[in-house]
Amino acid sequence: MSKALETALPIESRDAPINQAKPPIEIDEHIVEIVSDSGEGAQKAGQTFGTISAKMGNGVWTVEIIPAEIKPPARSPAGASGIRIRLGSRYMTNMGDAADIVVALNEQVLYSRIATHAYKPGTVILLENKWLTDPNPKIQQQYQSAVAEFREHGLIVYEVQMEEECLKLTPRPRLGKNMFVLGLLCHIYNRDLEKAYHEVEQTFAKKGPKVIDLNHKLLQAGYDFAKANIEYHYDIPPWRAADSTDRFIVTNGNQALGLGVMASGMELLSMYPITPATSASHYLADIFHNVGGFIHQAEDEIAAVGFAIGSSYAGKTACTITSGPGLALKTECLGLAVMAEVPLVICVVQRGGPATGLPTKVEQGDLLASLYGEPGDAPKIVIAPATIEECLHFVIMARKLAETFRTPVIVLTDANLATGVQPYPRPEPKAEWLASPIDQSPWQKGVPPYNWDDETGLSPRPIVGQAGGEYVLTGLAHTYQSKVAYDSESNQRGCTMRSRKLAALWSTLKPPEIHGNSEGDLLVVGWGSTMGAIEEAVDHARAEGLPVSSLHLRFLSPLEPGLKNLFSKFKNILTVEINYSDEADMPLINPENRRYTQLAIILRAQLLVDVDCWSNVHGQPMQPGIIYNELTRRLNAMKGDA
Amino acid sequence: MFGLKADWSLDIKKRYFALGDYAGGEARWCPGCGDHTVLTAIQRICRDKQLPPEKTVCVSGIGCSSRLPHYMGTYGFHGLHGRALPVACGIKSRRPELDIWVATGDGDCYSIGAGHWIHAVRYNMDMTVLVFDNNVYALTKKQTSPTSGLGLKTNTHPEGAILAAHNPLTTTLGISNVSFVAQTIDWNPAHLYETIKAAHEHKGFSLVSILQRCPVYSPDVFQCLQDDPSQVLLLTDEKGITIEKNVARLFPNQQEHDPSNMSKAYDIAAAQPDSIPIGLLYHNPEAPRYEQLSSVGNDMGMEEKLTAFNKALDDLAI
Repeated sequence: MSKALETALPIESRDAPINQAKPPIEIDEHIVEIVSDSGEGAQKAGQTFGTISAKMGNGVWTVEIIPAEIKPPARSPAGASGIRIRLGSRYMTNMGDAADIVVALNEQVLYSRIATHAYKPGTVILLENKWLTDPNPKIQQQYQSAVAEFREHGLIVYEVQMEEECLKLTPRPRLGKNMFVLGLLCHIYNRDLEKAYHEVEQTFAKKGPKVIDLNHKLLQAGYDFAKANIEYHYDIPPWRAADSTDRFIVTNGNQALGLGVMASGMELLSMYPITPATSASHYLADIFHNVGGFIHQAEDEIAAVGFAIGSSYAGKTACTITSGPGLALKTECLGLAVMAEVPLVICVVQRGGPATGLPTKVEQGDLLASLYGEPGDAPKIVIAPATIEECLHFVIMARKLAETFRTPVIVLTDANLATGVQPYPRPEPKAEWLASPIDQSPWQKGVPPYNWDDETGLSPRPIVGQAGGEYVLTGLAHTYQSKVAYDSESNQRGCTMRSRKLAALWSTLKPPEIHGNSEGDLLVVGWGSTMGAIEEAVDHARAEGLPVSSLHLRFLSPLEPGLKNLFSKFKNILTVEINYSDEADMPLINPENRRYTQLAIILRAQLLVDVDCWSNVHGQPMQPGIIYNELTRRLNAMKGDA
Repeated sequence: MFGLKADWSLDIKKRYFALGDYAGGEARWCPGCGDHTVLTAIQRICRDKQLPPEKTVCVSGIGCSSRLPHYMGTYGFHGLHGRALPVACGIKSRRPELDIWVATGDGDCYSIGAGHWIHAVRYNMDMTVLVFDNNVYALTKKQTSPTSGLGLKTNTHPEGAILAAHNPLTTTLGISNVSFVAQTIDWNPAHLYETIKAAHEHKGFSLVSILQRCPVYSPDVFQCLQDDPSQVLLLTDEKGITIEKNVARLFPNQQEHDPSNMSKAYDIAAAQPDSIPIGLLYHNPEAPRYEQLSSVGNDMGMEEKLTAFNKALDDLAI
């Protein structure tokens, strides 16, 4: 046992650990991180810990900590790789605020986490202490000064001889230490060790009994070590009955999109690699063929959407998945799909922009580009899932909308949903979700290819192969017969009919539900991945008696109905978004020139309501604590004004 | 849902299609434009092969030649500038039974669509791609195109084009998995017809470069070839484009060329613009076709799909 640990932990004797007799402390949630250099298996340990916790009935949200570079130098802040696991006695919807316990395999990677405010005074760090005796005196010195600095900042650092303990079982502790860490956490959080053994076995199933056995030993060693040496010992009661008959699956948001692609009966995914969207295609690449689908990796983003449009024109269900820069390149083709009324599903996993921006980080910056990116008037449907589960179901909805309304549908997710992992109810696939065989019967004589219904703008679509339906699709302005037309009346009519479809869809939608009271001082409006954080912040504020509620939009084009009426019951309306806005009190900014967040712009223009906004572009998911602080600040200021 | 009808299978064997069945709206190209000849050749081939109009799709980009689908009686897709090939490939990907024709031009294919051109050749999907090469952008009233010859005066280069013309034949021949490259001229309908017919019969991506006169913006660029047919090199071979002797007699310059010989094909193509070859430069009927891969799973039944989807869920279950 190292000297450092002896001094840090109040341990009476190695033979009679104090916590053996102590019952675990019951808590309702904790945030745990495992941080290391990449390649040390932190993510595997964390995902396994998350799965064990989910199986024990906890609500879980995990999110990977991804280094900015592919091969960052070892022991560097930029190389921080790992995972955050938030687990609790309720359904988890977001990554939460500062971590409670962190296991770190070196001290340098912690710097980048501290810089993003991932920790708070009181956060416990279990730190690998092998660097204290590293042959390189510079590393020894770095380690010592970092530990001193962390303590100065209020972090509670315990130095743990993980390497030394693992060396007792394996000559290559770098590869096995993650299971030792898993063992530590399993004891600290009173996890069911039998379940842990099972998960480890599943994880290494392909590698054979020898590897499984070693990893079981490492797991047990970590568990025993924590039992003997670490006083922290918690119990987090389940949110749902452990092993309940409810069937759950665990995915990230991009896997959920992939499942949605399969569940919606897509026959073709046409894509070009782009971060952070591509992992959806990686997931599908392994299994899409099992449901008869094909992934076309096109030569560029334009070809990817052009290929999908061609396939859809020929009656096959097709989609494309991209991120901001890809959406920009697809713009012209999207305009064509709108103009020629080609059904198409476009999933956009948003990242920071403009240009290459923040490729791996979250932003909700593509809303206006999705709605208004094309030259001319290009009405299309835009929807945004608010949860990982919705990522799956919204693709199914998108396909139905695309075909019913003969239009492209954009599904806006983001890097936060894409990388977050959580358990949610397993869907029961239905045959009606999948594509029907295309209609190849003769086209009804005399029916034009755009037989627009005057009221709704809807029209049936001839499919190649239908005799008598032969028409030439064109991106030029055209008549209901798809004949090129440059006259004013035809262009006006085409635009009207395409626009009318959105009104027709709008008239079928229900007003959104308000989270909290339906009246009050402040209504927070959000969209997309921020829902969990916003509602948690609102619940927190409401528990303190503050008159605040929230509302989350899934349909952005058309907007959901009834908003003006819902808004009228609140003194102030505030959007919370992850895209840029000027702060009202910045230099040179006044109400006439202030640039608002993207949803706020739409709401102000559409509803003539003085919607305010609060946002940042930190590249981080919105955290409930930060939102809570802003809400209370505003509510207190309102009280002062009144 | 979505208009599914049970009686979708159709007996088409007893139908006979006349030329008129392949005619759409009245062609609005200028009088004397070479595009008219090409349109007629395509319609004749469709008729001769009795292609069902509803199973035939003409895809195009933007430019004078890209108006062609509007003048056909088949299905058509007149899309965006440069994007005919991705759309055509997408159509073919899951409907390999459809007959695909692509009408594109020197600007549409070799310039703004150049990336797609390279990759579509490599995919080698079964379609007949006709590149109407008039050496200028004509629809937009005479700008320099990639095949404009050095010194050609245009509205973007009033003093004459400052770069030598791009050679699309050598480029195409240089692309992996290329399977059919031919060149023909619009002022010899017999050769044009035979070349397009051979391209259509080829199972794979057949690129036909058609030297096409624009009577308005580049009336002179091919005049010398018409005036002096000896500047044209007629490629002959039993495996190549075969035309009647009295037509072949018009070309004093002829060369036997085995279209399976790639290096010879490249040499012949590289001799442009000094010697303009017409005929089949390269043909490999064995090259793998992308639609053979992309259409796998097309016939999978609902039960099988649902089972596989449930298996995917099982793998994610906790």
